Amino acid sequence: MSSSNALDPQSPLARAIYDLGIVSGIILALIFVIVTGGVVYAIFHFRARAGEPDPNQIAGNRKVEVTWTVIPFLIVVLLFALTLPAMNRADPPPPPSADVVVTGHQFWWQADYPASGVTTANEIHIPAGKPLSVRLESKDVLHEFWVPKLTRKMTNVPGQPNHIWLQADKPGTYIGQCSEFCGTQHAWMRIVVVAEEPTQFEQWQQTQLRPAQAPTSSATTKGLELFRTSTCINCHAINGVPGANSRVAPDLTHVASRRQLGAGILENTPSNMRAWLKSPQHIKPGALMPDYSLTDEQLDQLSEYLSTLR
Amino acid sequence: MNGPTTIAMFQDAVLDPAKRAHYRLAWLSTVDHKRIAVLYMLTALVFFVIAGVEALFMRLQLAIPNNHFLAPDTFNQLFTMHGTTMIFLVVMPVTFGFVNYVLPLQIGARDMAFPRLNAFGFWCVPLGGILLHFSVLAGGAPAVGWFAYAPLSETPYAGWQGVDYWAIAIFVLGTGSISFAINVIATVLCLRAPGMTMRRLPLFTWINFVNAFIILAALPVLNAGLAMLLIDRQLEGHFFLPAHGGSAVLWQHIFWAFGHPEVYILALPAFGMVSEIIPVFSRKPIFGYEFVAASSVAIAVLSMGVWGHHMFTVGMGRPLDVFFAISSMLIAIPTGVKVLNWTATMLGGRIRFQVPMLFCIAFLIQFLIAGITGISHAIVPLDWQTKNSYFLVAHFHFVAVGAIVFAVLGGIQYWFPKMSGRMLSESLGKWTFWLMVIGFNLTFVIQHFLGLVGMPRRIYTYPDLPNWGWMNMLSTSGVFFMSASALVLVWNLAVSFFRGKIAGDNPWDAWTLEWATSSPPPHENFYALPPIRGRRPLWDIAHPDRPDTIVGPNTADVTLPDHNKTGILAFIFSEAGFFGILILSYLYFYAHPQPGPGPHGLDLKRTLLFSVCLFVSSFTFWRSEIALRHKRRGSMLGWLIFTIALGAVFLVGQVGEYWKLFQSGVEVSTNLFATAFFTLTGFHGLHVFIGLVALLIFLWLAWQGDFASGHGSAFEAAGYYWHFVDIVWVFVLFTVYILPLFQ
Repeated sequence: MSSSNALDPQSPLARAIYDLGIVSGIILALIFVIVTGGVVYAIFHFRARAGEPDPNQIAGNRKVEVTWTVIPFLIVVLLFALTLPAMNRADPPPPPSADVVVTGHQFWWQADYPASGVTTANEIHIPAGKPLSVRLESKDVLHEFWVPKLTRKMTNVPGQPNHIWLQADKPGTYIGQCSEFCGTQHAWMRIVVVAEEPTQFEQWQQTQLRPAQAPTSSATTKGLELFRTSTCINCHAINGVPGANSRVAPDLTHVASRRQLGAGILENTPSNMRAWLKSPQHIKPGALMPDYSLTDEQLDQLSEYLSTLR
Repeated sequence: MNGPTTIAMFQDAVLDPAKRAHYRLAWLSTVDHKRIAVLYMLTALVFFVIAGVEALFMRLQLAIPNNHFLAPDTFNQLFTMHGTTMIFLVVMPVTFGFVNYVLPLQIGARDMAFPRLNAFGFWCVPLGGILLHFSVLAGGAPAVGWFAYAPLSETPYAGWQGVDYWAIAIFVLGTGSISFAINVIATVLCLRAPGMTMRRLPLFTWINFVNAFIILAALPVLNAGLAMLLIDRQLEGHFFLPAHGGSAVLWQHIFWAFGHPEVYILALPAFGMVSEIIPVFSRKPIFGYEFVAASSVAIAVLSMGVWGHHMFTVGMGRPLDVFFAISSMLIAIPTGVKVLNWTATMLGGRIRFQVPMLFCIAFLIQFLIAGITGISHAIVPLDWQTKNSYFLVAHFHFVAVGAIVFAVLGGIQYWFPKMSGRMLSESLGKWTFWLMVIGFNLTFVIQHFLGLVGMPRRIYTYPDLPNWGWMNMLSTSGVFFMSASALVLVWNLAVSFFRGKIAGDNPWDAWTLEWATSSPPPHENFYALPPIRGRRPLWDIAHPDRPDTIVGPNTADVTLPDHNKTGILAFIFSEAGFFGILILSYLYFYAHPQPGPGPHGLDLKRTLLFSVCLFVSSFTFWRSEIALRHKRRGSMLGWLIFTIALGAVFLVGQVGEYWKLFQSGVEVSTNLFATAFFTLTGFHGLHVFIGLVALLIFLWLAWQGDFASGHGSAFEAAGYYWHFVDIVWVFVLFTVYILPLFQ
């Protein structure tokens, strides 16, 4: 099972942070041990016993105090000296143009690849081993992109694009989520980063660029018709369906190829797709997709159609 | 022990039904600092229970993955209310209560400098608390987090009134806090007993004196931000709405420029308590009084320049990240010095392990951990991982609970005998202590690791990822111990209040002046004060053979500053911060012009004319003061009337300008320039109006024959305010009207 463990870094960027954490962690742990040692020593050694008079009234010692002001200062200088180069390793300056644009929406992620023109949602594919430049934007409120194993977190600020690097050493699935509170369903604004061998990634891009699979059965034809005549088309895009180009909600051209639904709340299976269409508000209350009163037959048709969009 | 004492009177009231109605009113209308202190603390206790139950519900929801116990919005409201309540309605009031009770006693004063202002400050707390909680009935509590990040807190994303109630409530609470800080500063500077020089102040008093300056600097910043947020929400302004050119990041700067000093506002009183308790229970003076005192000043100064470490992930850019990393690391030094001083005080002592000391020892260790994880947030790349995760939640709960609440619990055990005349039960106190130590650490130690394995804060539920389930369950289990601890505490307070051991004047054999009077103290606090030659007057009395060295020269014969003028100067200091934020915000948006009306459309000549009226009114007021000093009543009244007339002309001019702008279709909602312009000049106009009301009151008083003696420090104090309002207009005039000329 994939995890989001920051203690298991999987890229040079995350590793720069992890290494800094280990070194400074040791320094800070030493401070803890020394000071706690002093307290514990005092507890056991200077316990009051009955009948003892008050001890020597020592009110301070200038030399000692200056010393223990200077020592923390030196420690701080050391920590800062470690911090500065690690900042550049974990977050090098951005290049002029972005490889991926990740836009936060309440409560899902949109990912655009400007060079190829691919648009997808909640699942970012990257070629393993190659640092990608990512621009973070937001369509509404603040969001925050956080995939702990791969890179630093960074806020998606409306009106102020931010930049991070994204890289994975090895192919694999890396998970993360929005870490800046963004409203009702902040909890289910999860993200998956899929790192693949470069050839596989290229293949994925080619697949994503293809227009949507045209319906082949009568059920899926009716499903497409439902997509167009119900209000789905007002928010969702499907490449190849005339008029379906809204960017308010996730692009559905290849929705069936994705691992999850509802930004991480359900596995993407045909039955889950049907359950989602039946009542998104039951599954993810507060999501911006409203409930529709679709009949059982309509639900079958629509979910069958969407499940063909691989 | 006898006399008309506070708690004793309350006890009478409980026992004697005939007196009940009278005493009930007496408590509601009190201006006695000791009663106000008790009211502060009891109010805090009520809200502590509410916010504690909110925390309990949240931990129950998070105990297992994919839980459906609470709806998402319910959870989001709970954490917003929990944070807001704990900070503004629990920790601040309870520490203000302690300061209110102990500080005047420690300096040998009869009361605070402004008893009625003190009552006002207290009554802001229940008012703010009721306003905040009224939101539940008015469409729902706010669900935007306690720092209400824009634009989520703006109308398009939080359309119900929860945020409005939240903002108004905090504005009220902030105003109360500012009045409290003014009072503390005036009390310490102006009401010290003979011999109690600034260098001899007990550390609790000294640290809270410093803290009052942080309050004065920080809370007005928040109030300015809240005013702007409310203008956005109520008048369709655009300050924090990026869609109309506003800035989401500006809200963060304003909020944390208040928010980080606020952390020290909460923590410094706790430091003060610990600095009193550890020496008494180690039977030694504090190690390095000067270092502890000076490090508090260093913290106060540095705390104003570290807010950006809350924003390392918002994209401030490398130079600002580095600046705030340095400043945040520097503030670790004075804080670390304090921990070492407390530890050194214990070394070589004869430590009595009674309940107050137990809490202080736990405080020391837990605060050390909080400080160490705090430094890790200043190490910027580590913050890039741990910010907004449960690691951060654990860190600030180690500060807020592990340090502050533990110190307050120690303080309750320590000062309850003084307030009630009876000791708290030592054995129940130990139950509270151990349950709290176990519960607190069970709940929060593991949360550091939860953050490191990727759990962000403020999620109402989570998928069943590796380790998340058991870690959350463990964290939730600690809450039951903390709840039990709180119940034992309340039980202890109730039982000991009626049946506790009689305390006597000085049950702990302590050394500061609050222990030199009866428990509880009489209404006027002291019948006679011991001689004050150093920092521990009662030590000197108990040990005539080996008294403390005399600290500094005796300045008993030096006249202390006038409390009216001191108070108004403190108030002006806070107002300067308020206008500073409004002016900086105006300049920010001036530098990023939006389409639509701009400053070039303003009528400069006309405004200059009215400005001259306002500036001249400062001169005429000064003439009025001179006339007062020379007891020329007619001249004084004449110049005062002239002053009021000039102020009124200025206001009429401003109203006229607004009218013209409204006629040409320029309103608050027109564009960002209009929003910023009306906000800045509007608040200045409001201050002129309030100044006019004050001057009219003085005119009426003088007309009635007040100030006949020629002494009128209150009159002069009002003059300070009036001059200040004029000086603010110099800045506004330059910023709004003159600056565009240079383009």
